[in-house]
Amino acid sequence: MELLKKYPKLFQWLFLLIVFFALCFAIDVPETYKFIRGQAEFIKDPNQSTYTLFGKEVRYYAFDVLWRLPPLLGWLPIWVNDSLFFLLNEWMPMEFWNEDTQEYKTRPLVLQITRTITASMTFLIELIREILLGGAKTVVAFTSWDWIDKNPWAELPGLPWTIVAAGAVILCYKLSGKGLAIFAGLVMVYISVFGQWKPSMQTLSFILVAAPLSFIFGLTLGVMAYKSKRVEKALYPLLLVMQTMPQYAVLVPAMVLFGIGDHAAVIITMVVAIPPMILLTLLGLRAVSPEVIEAGKMSGCNNWQLMTKVLIPTARRDILIGVNQVIMVCFSMAVIAAFIGAKGLGWNLLLALNQLNIGLALEAGLCISMIAILLDKMSLAWANKQEDYFGNLTFFQRYKNTLFFAGAVLIGAIFAYAGSFLFKDSFNYFSEIPHNKGISFADFWNKGVDWIWDTFFQTLKIFNTWLITEVLQPMRALYLRMPAVATITLVVGAGYIIGGIRSALVTAGLVLFIALSPWWDRALVTTYMATFGVIASCTIGLTVGTLCAQNKFTTKFILAVCDIFQTFPSFVYLIPVMMLFGITDTSVLIAVIVYATIPATRYTVEGLRSVPPALHDAGSMSGVTKLQRLINIEFPIAFPHMMLGVNQTIVFALFMVIIGAFIGTEDLGQYILKALSDKAGGGKGLILGICVAFIALIFDNLIRTWVDKRKKHLGLA
Amino acid sequence: MTDAVIKCESVYKIFGVNAKKMLQEANGNVDAKAFQKMGCIVGVNNASFEVSKGEMLVVMGLSGSGKSTLLRCISRLTDATDGKIYIEGQDLLSLKNKELIELRRNKMGMVFQSFALLPHKTVLENIAFPLQIKGMKTEDSINKALDMAKLVGLEGRENYFPRELSGGQQQRVGIARSLAVEPDIWFLDEPFSALDPLIRKEMQDEFLRLQEKLKKTIMFITHDFDEALKLADRIAIMKDGIIEQLDTPAKIVLNPATEYVKKFTEEVPREKVLKIEDVMEKPNKENLSDLKVSKDEIIENVAEKILTQEKSVAVTDASNKIVGTVHPSKIIHTVFGGRKNND
Repeated sequence: MELLKKYPKLFQWLFLLIVFFALCFAIDVPETYKFIRGQAEFIKDPNQSTYTLFGKEVRYYAFDVLWRLPPLLGWLPIWVNDSLFFLLNEWMPMEFWNEDTQEYKTRPLVLQITRTITASMTFLIELIREILLGGAKTVVAFTSWDWIDKNPWAELPGLPWTIVAAGAVILCYKLSGKGLAIFAGLVMVYISVFGQWKPSMQTLSFILVAAPLSFIFGLTLGVMAYKSKRVEKALYPLLLVMQTMPQYAVLVPAMVLFGIGDHAAVIITMVVAIPPMILLTLLGLRAVSPEVIEAGKMSGCNNWQLMTKVLIPTARRDILIGVNQVIMVCFSMAVIAAFIGAKGLGWNLLLALNQLNIGLALEAGLCISMIAILLDKMSLAWANKQEDYFGNLTFFQRYKNTLFFAGAVLIGAIFAYAGSFLFKDSFNYFSEIPHNKGISFADFWNKGVDWIWDTFFQTLKIFNTWLITEVLQPMRALYLRMPAVATITLVVGAGYIIGGIRSALVTAGLVLFIALSPWWDRALVTTYMATFGVIASCTIGLTVGTLCAQNKFTTKFILAVCDIFQTFPSFVYLIPVMMLFGITDTSVLIAVIVYATIPATRYTVEGLRSVPPALHDAGSMSGVTKLQRLINIEFPIAFPHMMLGVNQTIVFALFMVIIGAFIGTEDLGQYILKALSDKAGGGKGLILGICVAFIALIFDNLIRTWVDKRKKHLGLA
Repeated sequence: MTDAVIKCESVYKIFGVNAKKMLQEANGNVDAKAFQKMGCIVGVNNASFEVSKGEMLVVMGLSGSGKSTLLRCISRLTDATDGKIYIEGQDLLSLKNKELIELRRNKMGMVFQSFALLPHKTVLENIAFPLQIKGMKTEDSINKALDMAKLVGLEGRENYFPRELSGGQQQRVGIARSLAVEPDIWFLDEPFSALDPLIRKEMQDEFLRLQEKLKKTIMFITHDFDEALKLADRIAIMKDGIIEQLDTPAKIVLNPATEYVKKFTEEVPREKVLKIEDVMEKPNKENLSDLKVSKDEIIENVAEKILTQEKSVAVTDASNKIVGTVHPSKIIHTVFGGRKNND
């Protein structure tokens, strides 16, 4: 009894586990139950039950309700899909003036809107693309093809790579200094020499449209949320879901609305990149000290002046960190959006992966990673740059960078012109090195892969087989063996113990949505893969993080490594694992582990380093050993922050598991991938994405509630 | 109207959802503890006072006593829950947003505890900020800012950014900024609390010098009783949102109105606060010494001279007329005697 009073939570947990296992053992697997593989759902089986709701017929295999809940939400994806089609093709037909045919035409409103957006996006992308690469489409937009045929001179020439490179170097020098400038130069030369110029500039043009637009929308929405509680409350759940939804899943509904191509890719990227921008804007504005705001008000600012002259400049750093986030999201989307036809490096990467040409994939991946790192460093440098006073400088000093760039343009243009005489018979290397004329190490890498396969085939295969048969298969079977009722009890019970009624209700809502969707089994498989990844990642991350946090040098080193790894677009992680393990679950899991270890490590290091030095000293004066200090002082204080790392790890792991569908897994991701090629897949993709987001949100809710309580308890919040 | 520049009539500020309704039900008798049980926090509780032109009112109180809230009600950075506030006869609470902005642009200046400078602007740009917000031309505003920078002793640092300045220098910028529009009313919210003691003393002296020159109507917030004594024409002591006593420093020290006020005054060295007129007796026909002292002298400054005398000393006013006498023993009693047992 005494124990019960001392540790009430412990007994609650024990009780919950007992109930869970009792339910697991009490409810047998129905004899007819089997995991439904891909094609089975299209076969109409006389054993299936059906019901009709809102005029949609849903077919499913009925089991005991305790074992699997019936898919009462099965009509939802179909309904979403039909609604999308209705909106797009039938709702609110209106008369619109058609420029080409010079007459009024009847079109549904939404279709007209999406087409208008599409047209303007396409124009923007083409404009930037042609500034970088040359072409005539922009000119056509203002004239016509006939006119172009008559005036062959009228096309944008495209900037020679020397000028773009010089521009990048000068900009980097201005933002951060010599180091970054040299790095920028190296990246530009690498891209050019290896013949990746064209796809790189295609990717860049797509980012140069998506990033500024995301910035503008994110900033505006962030400011609106800051000003109005109501807007914030409306945005908040949306932001939460968007942050945890796999980017993959957004592709499908967007494809239905906007079709495929670069413009659709830009829109998708904006959808994904705007939420972090909103959050960081909000965070930055909230962090402005109330006294600064009062000082602004007492200076007689009206609302507009207060926002533009006081709040936004003061929150400048956080807002620019938001820009950095936007750019990073753009890069990861640059690859994912290739699924719906974004041209550039991502497209090449995907193509190479599809052909199992690891060498080519590696080159494209390396290129995109290098540009990502460069832009990451540039935007961070911009965020951290303090304004300088330049009122007392001479004209030359003030405009020296602009002047240098003007010089570079001139010299670059002269070189490019000279090049057209120099390389008369071949390509003008001073203007642009074509894709297949650069140096390529692809063959070398492919040989390397072959060598690895030849040499380590047995070892890798043994490991692979062992992992799959001894660890993964049993684990997966265990997850699938859980009766739905038991799982729901476990989740809701955990919610109640950690956060009381409120958390219990939230988690119940999330888990029921998944249980009532037609994809409970798939969700279990997703969860099992994520669980495996998270356990491995956390073990590695906590160990490495703890070791590295012990001294300043290793701390700095590991954080830098985390920074760089985090910059890689997620798809890039698939390249080396496919190189080693081919197309198996092992590959996916290893990619998951590598990717998800980053936040686990980072948060561990940050948590441990944030323990106040006074506590260190207090410990030392009490005569603790290093280990005692770690266990008794550092871990308890740092633990809440480390748990936030675990939270991030779960989100990262889920993302990677879903992307792993590209290699081939049997989880929700596989269905999302399938929905991509399904004409009526819009609703399905969206609901599948929401399911994944909800898995993440269940853990997110539990962990966050616990962390908040713990922090309050420790007096850290 | 009177010549009061700031006039408050039973001002209340209560934080909480049902504040207004609860205040009506309480009918003016607000009990902070009862309100707290209902989820409301009482910031200012029935404050009434006036500040006349050129006067410096120091509001003293410990943290959470509502002194900053009171100041923010009067500058209308927050809206008072109930009561009337008049600024030069204008009803502050009935002003429209535009009129309020006009008022702040022309009549009010405020200095903040944490300086509240704009990090992206230089010293000059910070000082010129309220002028530019008003719509003044950049060149004119910068010229005016240069004058202000000189006034507060920031010459040579005009083009520094706040991050490059020490705390004391940053507060000089804050002061210059608040004075740039030449306001009539000057609010200072614990302006020197974030500075270390030596700099604080220097800034207090500097502040007195400025006020000597500018003669603004001032509301000055502090939690430091010594600072209040040093600067104030009158002091308001606040506790739990209530003004416990509002009087001149001497009267507060001599006649603390409540136990709470008394606790502050006990440790105060009287000779530094009291003037001769506070301890003098009515002139009588007794034999006076040759020494004469002005009634406005602080005791500390003349104590040594008086103590060399054996007979009472004559006290004169500005026109050199004898208005009273002080016996050396009274000085000794004031300095050494009357700490804890003087009543």
